[in-house]
Amino acid sequence: MTVVERREVALVDLLDRLLAGGVVITGDLTLRIADVDLVRIDLNALISSVNENVPPPWEEAP
Amino acid sequence: MTTGLRYVYAVCRPFDAALQSQLTGVAGVPPKLLSHHGLIAVLSEVPECDFAEEPLRAHLEDLDWLSATARAHQGVIDALTTVTTPLPLRLGTVFRDDSGVRTMIEAREDGFRRTLDRLEGRVEWGVKVYLDAGTAVPEKPSAKAVSGREYLRQRRMRTRSRDEMWQNAETFAQGLHEALSGRAEDFRLHAPQDSALSGAAGRNVMNAAYLVPRGESEEFVELVDGTKDAKDDTPGLRVELTGPWAPYSFTGESGESGGEGPA
Repeated sequence: MTVVERREVALVDLLDRLLAGGVVITGDLTLRIADVDLVRIDLNALISSVNENVPPPWEEAP
Repeated sequence: MTTGLRYVYAVCRPFDAALQSQLTGVAGVPPKLLSHHGLIAVLSEVPECDFAEEPLRAHLEDLDWLSATARAHQGVIDALTTVTTPLPLRLGTVFRDDSGVRTMIEAREDGFRRTLDRLEGRVEWGVKVYLDAGTAVPEKPSAKAVSGREYLRQRRMRTRSRDEMWQNAETFAQGLHEALSGRAEDFRLHAPQDSALSGAAGRNVMNAAYLVPRGESEEFVELVDGTKDAKDDTPGLRVELTGPWAPYSFTGESGESGGEGPA
């Protein structure tokens, strides 16, 4: 229980940065696809995927 | 024929070293450099059928596609990080053509330069603290409760020790954050990750990002490693370190909160 882990980068850590971090460019010339509502879309995709495959056993809130 | 759109990964200053020749970006396309006004946009020419607004939105619902694209994007950023300090753009930043990219650079160049100066030579480290209360406190009484009264007593004790554990975890996370932010130039406290998304065991009680000069990374990592002893008195605690990342969480202009991560 006291291990500092360094595993291969998890998708959720990646998305934490690629979808919530980074420079957001909005303007007439972009296709306006780098915007906040994508985060919601992507997380929905993640949730449904996780739920399909692995019903989380730790649903219970503390 | 101009069917290709421009997927931009990052903006950086000109650099001497060459990128790996084998490097491929999103859609399997090698990244190229577009130089304008003394800045470099790193981009791939991507097919409109996948990266125009509508198909891109549809693709982002597809976890396999999203995952492959995110890893390809990160691969390019990682490669850039070995030769310069890139200013990463958010995933899915697409322009119609080179001229659109140039116009964007012109519109943002002052901000880009300020941010690049601020981040020069810095990397981001991610530190998360988890508490796996299920492991630390057994869900079920170890011995069969002999009576209703005994059952309630055991239940109360479990609840109490659970509360205590959350408190200890909070205290630990706060102490850790104080120590780490003392060694970092800047930090962001991101929203804790939902374990249903991460698949990680336990509950994420802290999800922080620290901006650290590359040359001081070793000390920073040692500091994180050194927390092993401190958390021995709270079973179920786990610290995870990720990085070094390009400074994704610190691309906002100074004074901004740096994205959606609530403080």
